[in-house]
Amino acid sequence: MRLILRIWRQKNTKGRGGFVEYPVDDLSPNMSFLEMLDVLNERLVQKGEEPIAFDHDCREGICGMCSLVINGVAHGSEKATTACQLHLRHFKDGEYVTIEPWRAKPFPVIRDLVVDRSAFDRILQAGGFVSVNTGSAAEANTVLVPKRDAEKAMDAAACIGCGACVAACKNASAMLFVAAKVSHLAWLPQGQVEAKARVKKMVAQMDREGFGNCTNQYECQAVCPKEISVAFIAKMNRDYLRSGEEEGS
Amino acid sequence: AAKNYPNDGDSVQRLFYDTIKGGDFRSREANVYRLAQISNHIIDQCVAQGVPFGREYGGTLSNRSFGGAQVSRTFYARGQTGQQLLLGAYQALLRQITAGQVTMRPRTEMLELVVVNGHAKGIVVRDLVTGKVSSHAGDAVVLATGGYANVFYLSTNAAGCNVTATYRAYKKGAYFANPCFTQIHPTCIPVTGDHQSKLTLMSESLRNHGRVWVPKKKGDARTPRDIPENERDYYLERKYPSYGNLAPRDIASRSAKEVCDRGLGVGESGRGVYLDFSEAIGRLGDQKIRELYGNLFDMYDRITGENPYAVPMRIYPAAHYTMGGLWVDYDLMSNLPGLYVIGEANFSDHGSNRLGASALMQGLADGYFILPATIGDYLAKNAGEKIKADHPEFKKAEDEVLSRVQRLLAVKGKRTPASFHRELGALLWEFCGMTRNAAGLKKALARIPELRDEFWKNVNVLGENESFNQALEKAGRVADFLEFAELLCQDALDREESCGGHFREEHQTADGEALRNDEKFSYVAAWGYQGIGKKPALNLEPLKFENIALAQRSYK
Repeated sequence: MRLILRIWRQKNTKGRGGFVEYPVDDLSPNMSFLEMLDVLNERLVQKGEEPIAFDHDCREGICGMCSLVINGVAHGSEKATTACQLHLRHFKDGEYVTIEPWRAKPFPVIRDLVVDRSAFDRILQAGGFVSVNTGSAAEANTVLVPKRDAEKAMDAAACIGCGACVAACKNASAMLFVAAKVSHLAWLPQGQVEAKARVKKMVAQMDREGFGNCTNQYECQAVCPKEISVAFIAKMNRDYLRSGEEEGS
Repeated sequence: AAKNYPNDGDSVQRLFYDTIKGGDFRSREANVYRLAQISNHIIDQCVAQGVPFGREYGGTLSNRSFGGAQVSRTFYARGQTGQQLLLGAYQALLRQITAGQVTMRPRTEMLELVVVNGHAKGIVVRDLVTGKVSSHAGDAVVLATGGYANVFYLSTNAAGCNVTATYRAYKKGAYFANPCFTQIHPTCIPVTGDHQSKLTLMSESLRNHGRVWVPKKKGDARTPRDIPENERDYYLERKYPSYGNLAPRDIASRSAKEVCDRGLGVGESGRGVYLDFSEAIGRLGDQKIRELYGNLFDMYDRITGENPYAVPMRIYPAAHYTMGGLWVDYDLMSNLPGLYVIGEANFSDHGSNRLGASALMQGLADGYFILPATIGDYLAKNAGEKIKADHPEFKKAEDEVLSRVQRLLAVKGKRTPASFHRELGALLWEFCGMTRNAAGLKKALARIPELRDEFWKNVNVLGENESFNQALEKAGRVADFLEFAELLCQDALDREESCGGHFREEHQTADGEALRNDEKFSYVAAWGYQGIGKKPALNLEPLKFENIALAQRSYK
C-alpha cells in the first residue's frame, strides 16, 4: 500500500521547523507505524538525506517513549493504542497522514518529532513516591489492601508517562498524568501518610513547569493509551482541596 | 519469591533448588541460595514502595505459577509486573534525586570505562542531544546496563538495549562470563515480514491457562476450531507430564522449534504454534480470563488483528534474556577492582537458563540488598587518593571516544547501521540460536569478521556529532555488537555440552534433551579480552555443588 506522509522536521530546539511531504510506497498493512518510519528512514539515507528523528524504545506500548500526533490525534485514532502499537491496516491505501511531535510549551522540541519531557520527571520528583528506606520494610502481608483498592491503584499506576494527555489538551494541562500518580499512591495504605503533602507539591511543580489548567474537556482521557480515567482528576481535585484543611488554611 | 502464602509447599530451599535446577547446574550455589533468601525481602520492599500487586478478597497478596516451578510463587501486577517494579524503583530513585543524593542525567550514553592504576575510576559519556563528550570520576563504578539479547537484532528487548557499556568494560579488562547462555522465550508473537523491528513478548503467565499445540498432520490448513482434539498434538503436555505447559523456557522453545522444523508449524510463515485458551475460557468463563490477561489479549489483537478470546494465539520463540554477562564475585564486583555489575548485566545466579519472573527478582536483590552491603568494603579499603576527571586517563578515554565517533561519521559508505544489524542478527539466530553445532558456529566465526570489516568500510552515518543523531548512536552500538558476536560464538563453540539455553546438537540424550558434561564443563567460562579478532583468554571458575545433588534436569 501507499501513504503520503506529512512529517514535522525541525533541526533543533531553536529551529523554526516545518512540514515535509514524503510519499511512501510498498508498505505492508501488517507493518507497525514505526516500522513504516524505519522503512522511510532507510530510503532517505540511501538518498543522502538525514533520517527523521523520533523517540521509541519498547515498541510494545509500555515504555512511554513514542510520542507522535497522527492526523491530529495523539498516538493516532485507535483507542488505547500507542503509536508504536498502531498498524498500517488501520489506514487506507493512498491516505495522507500528518505526523507531528507533542505540542506543549513545557515539552520543547529537541529535533523533528522528539520532545523533552523531563518536566514529567521533575513533577514526580516533587512527591510521586513513598518515603521509605530500602532494607527495613514490614512483612508484605502486614497491611491488608482491599482488592477493590488494589485494582483502582493498578488502574492509575498503569500510566506510562508518555504525555499524550498534555498533547491532546488545548490548555496543555498535565492533570491526568499528575492525577494518575497521585491516585495510584492515594488508593494504597502505603501512600496515605504523605498523601496531602504529595498532592500539594506535585500540583505546585506542575504549575511551575508551565502546564495549563484543566477545563474539563476530557480530551486527555480520549487519547490516553492506558485508558486512565478523568475520575482520577476529580479525586485529585478533592484531595487537593482537603490538603489545605490540615494547616487550617 | 518463596513466601509460601498459598501453602503449596514453597520455601527458600525449594526456590533455591528450582533455580539451580532451572539453570541446569551452571550457576554459583552460594549466589543462588542468597537470592532465594532475599526474594522475600524484595516483596516486602516493593509493597512498602506502593507497587500495586494483585490482592485476594481478604486483602493479602495474590500468587500465580510460572514456568519451571510447580508452586505458585509469583507475585504480579496484572500483565505488567516488571513495569510496576520498575516504577517502584524509579520512584525510590526520584526521592534520592530530590534529597540531593543522586544527579540524574537523561539522554546520556556511557561510551568508555576509565581505569586508573588498575581500578575502575569513572566513565566517559556522550550527551545524546548536544554530542558533547565528558568525563565523570567516582570512587567506584556500578554498571546496571542490562543484557545483550539485541545482538540477535530481533528480540523482545527495547530498541535502545545494547552491549556497549559491558563490552567496553570487557575491553578494559573485566571478564565476560558465559556469553553463550542466551535465553529464548517461548511465547512471543511470530515475525510477519522483513520490516519486523522487534518481537513482542506474550507474558509467561499465559502458560498458566493456555495450552500449547500444533496439528498432528503436516500441512493441515484447517482453522484451529475445525481441528478436533484427537488431531491435535499438545506436545508439551505429552513430553513433560508433570510440568506440561509450564515447562521451563529453554525446553518449551526448543520443542516449538522442533515441531516447526518438522513442518507442523502454523501461521503464514509456518513458524508458529498455537497457545489456546478455549479450554480455560470454557472452564473459568470469559470474565475471569479477561481479569487475568485482559491487557495481554488486547495487545495481541492490536498487533495481529486476531481476537484471542475467539481464536488461539499464535506464538513462536524469540531472543529475550541473557544469563551471560560480566563476571562478578560474591560481592558483585568484577575482577576489575572498583567495577560492580548488577542485574542482567552480570552473569550470576541464573546459570544457563533463567526461570520466569526472576530477572527483576535478581536485579532488585542485587541493587536493593546486596550491593549496598558489599560496596562499602571496597570503598573503605580504597579511601585514599581521590581521582578527579582531569586525570590523563580520562582525557585519553575522551579522545578515544571522539575519534571513534568521527571515524563512524567519516566512512560515508552505502549501508545503514540497521542493515548491518539485521544481517548480524539473522546470522546469529541461524548459527548461535536455539540449537548450535560446531560447523555452524565456525561458519559464523568466519563470517562475523568479514561483516565487521565491511561495516568499517561501508557504513553510512549522515549528519554530525554535535546534534541529536540517532543514526550515530545506533552505529556505535552495532559496531560493538559486531565485535561482541565473536565472543558469543567462541564461547558457544568452546562449551562442548548442552545445558539450559545452550544446546549443542552433538550433545543430546536419546530423547533430544540437553546432555551436560559435568566432568569437563562444570565451570564458569570467564573470558579475558586479548584484542579484536584474537581468541580471548579463558579463565575457569569451577562450580562445586555442596548442598544439591547434580542430576539430569528432567521435567517429565
